[in-house]
Amino acid sequence: MLYEYDGSIETARPDCVVFPRETHDVVEIARLAARHQVPIVGRGAGTGLSGGAIARHGGIVVSFARMNRILAVDAENQRAVVQPGVVNSDLSAAVEHLGVHFAPDPSSQKACTIGGNVSENSGGPHTLAYGVTTNHVLALEIVLPSGEAVRLGSTALDTPGYDVTGLFVGSEGTFGLVTEITVKLTRNPEAVKTLLAIFDSVDDATETVAEITARGITPAACEMLDGWTIRAVEEYVHAGFPLDCSAILLIEADGLREAAEADARGIADVCSAHHARNVRVPRDARERDLFWKGRKNAFGAAGRLSPSYYTQDGVIPRTKLPATLRRIEEIGRKYNLRIGNVFHAGDGNLHPIILFDERNEQEFRDTIRAGDEIIEYCISVGGSITGEHGVGMEKDRLMSLLFSESDLELMRRVRGVFNPADLLNPGKIFPTSKGCGEIYVRPRPAPTVAPSA
Amino acid sequence: MSVSGATALSQLTEIVGEANIVRDPRQLTRYDIDSKTPSAAVRPAAEAEVAEIVKFAGREKLACVVSGAQTKLGIGMPPRRYDLALDLSRLDRIIAYDPEDLTLSAEAGTPLSKIASVLAEHDQFIPLTVPFMARATIGGTIVSGVDSPLRHSYGTARDFVLGMNFVTGDGIAAKSGGRVVKNVSGYDIHKMLIGSLGTLGAITRINFRTFPLPRQTRTFVAEFRGSREACEFRNAIVGSVLRPRTLEIVSESARGQLLPAEKARAAFGDNRWSVYVAFAGDEDVLKRNYKELEAARHSEDRVSEWLRELNPVDEQSVMSIVSEFPAAILKRFPAAAILKISALGAELPDLASYTASIEMPWAVVMRGLGVAYLALWPPDGSEGSLHVLKQHCRRIFALAGKPPFRHVTLPWCPSALKRDIDIWGPLPASFELMKKLKNVFDPGGILSPGRFMGGI
Repeated sequence: MLYEYDGSIETARPDCVVFPRETHDVVEIARLAARHQVPIVGRGAGTGLSGGAIARHGGIVVSFARMNRILAVDAENQRAVVQPGVVNSDLSAAVEHLGVHFAPDPSSQKACTIGGNVSENSGGPHTLAYGVTTNHVLALEIVLPSGEAVRLGSTALDTPGYDVTGLFVGSEGTFGLVTEITVKLTRNPEAVKTLLAIFDSVDDATETVAEITARGITPAACEMLDGWTIRAVEEYVHAGFPLDCSAILLIEADGLREAAEADARGIADVCSAHHARNVRVPRDARERDLFWKGRKNAFGAAGRLSPSYYTQDGVIPRTKLPATLRRIEEIGRKYNLRIGNVFHAGDGNLHPIILFDERNEQEFRDTIRAGDEIIEYCISVGGSITGEHGVGMEKDRLMSLLFSESDLELMRRVRGVFNPADLLNPGKIFPTSKGCGEIYVRPRPAPTVAPSA
Repeated sequence: MSVSGATALSQLTEIVGEANIVRDPRQLTRYDIDSKTPSAAVRPAAEAEVAEIVKFAGREKLACVVSGAQTKLGIGMPPRRYDLALDLSRLDRIIAYDPEDLTLSAEAGTPLSKIASVLAEHDQFIPLTVPFMARATIGGTIVSGVDSPLRHSYGTARDFVLGMNFVTGDGIAAKSGGRVVKNVSGYDIHKMLIGSLGTLGAITRINFRTFPLPRQTRTFVAEFRGSREACEFRNAIVGSVLRPRTLEIVSESARGQLLPAEKARAAFGDNRWSVYVAFAGDEDVLKRNYKELEAARHSEDRVSEWLRELNPVDEQSVMSIVSEFPAAILKRFPAAAILKISALGAELPDLASYTASIEMPWAVVMRGLGVAYLALWPPDGSEGSLHVLKQHCRRIFALAGKPPFRHVTLPWCPSALKRDIDIWGPLPASFELMKKLKNVFDPGGILSPGRFMGGI
């Protein structure tokens, strides 16, 4: 049952779940699956938010839970080699004494795996300055659905030939199963300055974000929570966020002490100029961690207030933030749905959280409609349907809003190079011919097992 | 098949007009690749025209090589066949620029200089200070895979190209990525087009993330008697809390060749290896950087003769030495061979000390991240001299795959060497996938046939 779910609202039951320990085991599994023409779906921790790890058409789920060893750390050259099941924050913890860390830091980093990060090209709050997963992956060992193991890239920079590694990262498990990953490690900054800016108006907060960038400051992170989310978080985490405000920005500047201080001063100036009620600096590391705990547990906090919630991942140019948030509010009113907002403001990556009750069929439908309207708006202002969660089976039908049939056809042919029989994670990314909506209107926990292959 | 047939010509004329077809053999020489001249060049002005031309070329089985300003056609193997030069220099519009969103979208033939000046109006830039900067187009820069010293802090094109439009070998206009700074919709096909040397598609438009220009930068130079000391200084910087903008280790031979002698003496000492390190920040930050560099220079038994701050004029010329290095060497020594070598950062001392065994003129610029450009040139134009050059290159390729020569390619060399040396180095493990990918993008094999790795 557990393997029917991930962090999204989708479910499907696999026929079996296997737990390989070595690349060789994965090769054998792939060969077996190929022989019997059974779908295979890779799975890390199942924290994904787009159904990437769900066996939509049944088959074998390959859990990488036991392939969780850090194989090598080379601090001098800032490299690590890991198995796919290594938990994201475990790698950073293991190399902390060397003064380095793994930069991608999804909110689920205490559970999610690096293999999953590679498949989804995951982001996180600090990707604003440090980039997403693809910017930190140098080499991969993958197992193709044919059972062939292939190495892509290398630990040295600029591997000659096509950048197949760059193509692979973010392919959502449709190209191959990742069995080994060589990543870059990032040197820890000397200083980190965290600011919590408190606003009485959402517009002031969003305009602050645009202005910080316009001033040439690139914060290490720039996160926003709206008033409703703040109150939900506060009840759950007790991060010390004020309950009566409309928005907070959690902003970080880092680097050399002098540089972090100068940036923090500049950021505080912008916040004040945009009528921030208050700009707080955490007293100590403990309070800083608490602020971040508040941010990273926002989804969990929202989840406590409603039977279900639906998180989206649209991206917009950051100057469109004020207008987009107003639009989201209108959409919430139209469908009478509660929509909270907590997101990576610095890079315009929204995460509206729509609360609903899955037992209420009308509300479920409305939730999906509201979600689609938000995404359509994002696209209309030049944005994208997903910034870091992936297309998966949740946004596949939205792909044709972004890409033409010939774009998609080329992508399918590219997939065919790796996965010609579509045995690997079938039913993901590409719009299905069934048209939209079918899988959505069926409230959980109705069974959604599709016939395999 | 060639473009000489009257029907073929009339079809091309229909697409772009008479004025945009080049047939004059003298004018066509600018498109030469290793002395191979195309039978015609065609200059479309829009993506739809590019698609039409490529479709036409596919039907007629004409081999096309796409170029912009023709500054880097020397990179790669000569094409197996070369019928049509597809000159994209008329696709030179900046399609969109949103300074506040830090994004820009430009057609492939747009000169880098044009983009730079548009961005400068808003105190922004794209971190591509690359060889042939003054003439190069954005498309040629991206598709040839050249890099910039700024990669130390900004990464390479794969880190800031957000999306692309391109025409595949079957004449289909497609796109991947988008125009926002964070995006995981669909496969990152555009990443694979970077450095693909026109073998997968004709890039027509590229979307970038732009960056604020730092208000203040400063470059420091430290000079060392030996390469090992210079590399140790590099290690000390990389292992510290400092965040350099650029970090380059330059051999005396490289500096001596590229800077006028008297200026070199005035600005620098006569030591053998120089480490150039640049920072951005306000005065407090720059002062702190200097202090840390001083400490790094004195640690253990490693003392450099110099650690000095460059004035803005010298800072400019140093930036151009390290970014224009291949171009400047080729200008002086057209018969030079320039190897690109990837090592791990900590392996740079071994790479630098290898130069002691080179028995011909050489110069090297090593990026602090572990990518080096090693230039060798024959002392004279004799046949024997060329033979020595070939032998040296072969010797280095024989070491390819082993540290510090983890990757070796030969982006620039005399045509004669390309007959005997596999300039792309050993085939990677993923080569079979690359061949299949090529076949997806260019099933007819008409785009730059044979110019890339393994005959792709």
